[in-house]
Amino acid sequence: MGGFPILSIMLLVPLAAAILCLLVQAATARSIALGATLANLALGILLWLNYDIGGAQWQFTEQAELFAGFSYALGIDGIALLLIVLSVFLMPICILASWNSITKRVGEYMAAFLFMELLMIGVFAAQDMFLFYIFFEAGLIPMYLIIGIWGGDNRIYASYKFFLYTLLGSVLMLIAMMWMVNEAGTTDIPTLMNYDFDPQAQTWLWLAFFASFAVKMPMWPVHTWLPDAHVQAPTAGSVILAGVLLKMGGYGFIRFSLPMFPEASAQFAWLVFALSMLAVVITSLIALVQNDMKKLIAYSSVAHMAIVTVGLFSFNVQGLEGSMIVMLSHGLVSGALFLCVGVIYDRLHTREIDRYGGLAINMPQYAMLFLLFTMASIGLPGTSGFVGEFLALAGIYEVSSVVTLVCTTGIILGAGYMLYLYRRVAFGTQKNADAAAMQDITIREWLMLGPIAAAVLWMGVYPESFLAPMRKDIATLDARLARAAPDGDAKLVAGTPRKTIANEMPHVAGEHTGEAAANGEAAEGAH
Amino acid sequence: MDYGYSLYLTGPEVFLSVSGLVLTLIAAWGGRNAGRLCTILAVAALFGASAITASQILGDTSVQGAEAFGGLYRMDAFGGLAKLLIYLASIGCLIVTPRFFAKGSEYRPEYPLLMVFGSVGMGMMVSAVDLMTLYIGLELSSLSSYVLASFMRSDDRSAEAGLKYFVLGALASGILLYGMSLVYGFSGSTSYGSIRAAFDGTLGTGALFGVIFVLAGLAFKISAVPFHMWTPDVYEGAPTPVTTFFATAPKVAAIAMTARIALDAFGNQVPAWQQIVIFAALASIVIGALGAIGQSNVKRLLAYSSINNVGFILIGLAAATTAGVSAMLVYLAIYVAMSLGSFVAVLMMRDANGDQVESIANMAGLSRSNPLLALCLAAMMLSLAGIPPLFGFWGKFVVFQAAVQADLVVLAAIGIAASVIGAFYYLKIVKIMYFDEPANVVVGKSEFSHWAVLGLCALVVSPLGYLLTIPLGMAANRAAQALFFTV
Repeated sequence: MGGFPILSIMLLVPLAAAILCLLVQAATARSIALGATLANLALGILLWLNYDIGGAQWQFTEQAELFAGFSYALGIDGIALLLIVLSVFLMPICILASWNSITKRVGEYMAAFLFMELLMIGVFAAQDMFLFYIFFEAGLIPMYLIIGIWGGDNRIYASYKFFLYTLLGSVLMLIAMMWMVNEAGTTDIPTLMNYDFDPQAQTWLWLAFFASFAVKMPMWPVHTWLPDAHVQAPTAGSVILAGVLLKMGGYGFIRFSLPMFPEASAQFAWLVFALSMLAVVITSLIALVQNDMKKLIAYSSVAHMAIVTVGLFSFNVQGLEGSMIVMLSHGLVSGALFLCVGVIYDRLHTREIDRYGGLAINMPQYAMLFLLFTMASIGLPGTSGFVGEFLALAGIYEVSSVVTLVCTTGIILGAGYMLYLYRRVAFGTQKNADAAAMQDITIREWLMLGPIAAAVLWMGVYPESFLAPMRKDIATLDARLARAAPDGDAKLVAGTPRKTIANEMPHVAGEHTGEAAANGEAAEGAH
Repeated sequence: MDYGYSLYLTGPEVFLSVSGLVLTLIAAWGGRNAGRLCTILAVAALFGASAITASQILGDTSVQGAEAFGGLYRMDAFGGLAKLLIYLASIGCLIVTPRFFAKGSEYRPEYPLLMVFGSVGMGMMVSAVDLMTLYIGLELSSLSSYVLASFMRSDDRSAEAGLKYFVLGALASGILLYGMSLVYGFSGSTSYGSIRAAFDGTLGTGALFGVIFVLAGLAFKISAVPFHMWTPDVYEGAPTPVTTFFATAPKVAAIAMTARIALDAFGNQVPAWQQIVIFAALASIVIGALGAIGQSNVKRLLAYSSINNVGFILIGLAAATTAGVSAMLVYLAIYVAMSLGSFVAVLMMRDANGDQVESIANMAGLSRSNPLLALCLAAMMLSLAGIPPLFGFWGKFVVFQAAVQADLVVLAAIGIAASVIGAFYYLKIVKIMYFDEPANVVVGKSEFSHWAVLGLCALVVSPLGYLLTIPLGMAANRAAQALFFTV
């Protein structure tokens, strides 16, 4: 991109719009916010179209020495590209979701969201460690305000919990970053990704980064801020929280913990597996008994994120790719589910599951979309959830059968709580008169949910579009991790493929041994 | 001894002293009505002194420095930078003062006078390389402060604050003098250079006691734990512009003086005082944070906040390296902007009767009745908490980086984890201003002069402040080199 600073412009557009929003009336602020986020979406699509798949690892790089101690360096690889596209895709939808439901202090609200967008893009595009940290931490302020000002009844408690939990996690990471910079003599992330730290030191550094990313992710048992924050945040806040902010934890693992500390990552893989297995089972069971729709989806997020972490720490290509797809898919699906909750919340002002029922009768379009996202959350083939979870679990199967077994129960339990939720909300009798009187979704709500539904199906049917940009980066990461990769209990042995396919081979009596059958199946599978 | 050269080196102090004497005459003849004129002249004098200091810093020799009056006083980049901060902070405090007193008509020309003489004293504190000069500078500034604290004579709280400050300040001076006499007794000199030479190798018990007493006395002046207990009372009782002054200029002076004495006079005994400083730093961070949580008066809360911040600054000193001193100075500069901004925001809050609003509960919903003021104060609070992208983060960043570079990783980790406790009460203020229903206590328009100072501070604290990192870092590095040049 001949010097066109597209990433900086993507940062500047929301910044300028946010400042404008603070100065104008509510109606104008809404339009400005929508315009700015749509402009950024256009820029994001432009970014994707111009991204050279298979080209240089870091593209669209920009560098300016504006500060002492760190530099303003931006640049993206395929992994960052997809997460940026996810962010800019969800933003206009969030603005639309708040169009009518936010009535007080609209200008400030829109400004807070635009600042969030700026910071999210910054996190994924930063190529300087301290610049990354600044973007990473700064997101606390707008999110604190969003939860605290526009949230529900218990918003104050939730906002404090969110802020202090995540801050405590991150400050330790800052000290670790300072130590690394002092040791390696550079703040440049690409260089640090190839710097070999002393394995002894890696242990401490890994733990410090883990403290931050595990809280952001969030992993069991430091996930307790999430249900509170989700339940109390306005709908759009929940969408951003689930859709993008949680991905910062996963991005952190894939960008920092794994490539910078491969030995320590291998050493602590058991810890990640153990916490993830507990998370999958425990939070799924908790989700089963929730009466609050948002809380249920929040707990399901924790379970999905646990699949991401096991996939990441499987140290192989399938696991890493799967984790990325789960993250993208979860960003879309959980965002959409929160929007679905928001749609009916706007009408009835309650998230209590019992207050609804039989919505399929009076809101058929809504019920259809809700069903699609429910199925995507479960991981039904044809939706994005399936691709991600399948790849991630295939990756981890190479390493540990036990972990795979336990994590797969998460999918079964997931089907349990999601279908149970859907049945209680959409099916059955219309037991509440006010719920039965609700209107079906409007055009604005179609505009919010429709694009997500399309993206979910696209990712489910043709995931190659999303896998292609990051394939090379995942391969690079895999090569970097190879020296520390655990053996695993699958003990895969690469066989030698036959020269001809099975049904072109001459039939020889007695060749129907087990091995031949297995080979035949494998060959068929390859078709 | 070349008196002309010595007078040139002590130029800022000489200029300010002469200006102060002229102001005394104006005050004597002009009476009470000369208050405004004296303030303007005092600001001009401080600007003049800043200009002289700036020209001295920019000179080529400012890193090596030069000694005046036979090694009693030292002009170098370190003292210069500290003096610039002191003068600018004093200017900021002076600009906001007259309007504050406008209602009670208690303003008198003595106020700017005391500020000018206080600044002379502080200038001497940071430039002193002899215990005698140091003590004279310290007392000059302290005596001015005692009077300033009780400046609102009709107000009981102000009088009480002045008295408390005086009694405890005198006690601290006594401790300091006792320590200085021990140091003199065991080293045979009051000059920093000779003390450093004498305190080489193993330190005897008596000399160690001297070092400890000197540091204890200084810890009182910078209000570091465990010598912090006067701070909340004095900050609460003193008139708000005076509190603003206490939280900024004297703090810079005392910290810079402590750094010079620790790294110059006791520069060969770093292990002896390092653990004391580490303890004081961590204790200040923790006590400053915990103490603030229960406060309902915003000035008391900010007093604890200043104790908390001193802890972070001392982490830079504990590193005992060039980077540490440089980080300390950067932090001080940012701290001055943040304190000045937050106290000015506090003094702008008045109720319908024109009285000061100091209760935190009365600030509820400020974001709706006075959005700009609330935004500035919220920025100050989050900046004090060290949340990026506000500039306060940078201060913490450089300090902790210096600590990590000096292999004090554990200190840095504990310190930064404790800073999360502090974040809680800063967030509380933001929460009250933004989340709560308006109490509608704060009304009325503020003066232009207040907005000007607040606006400037807010600009520094905003993310735009990061553009200052390069010049500020360069100035601080030069200053730190100057401090270590003698070593």
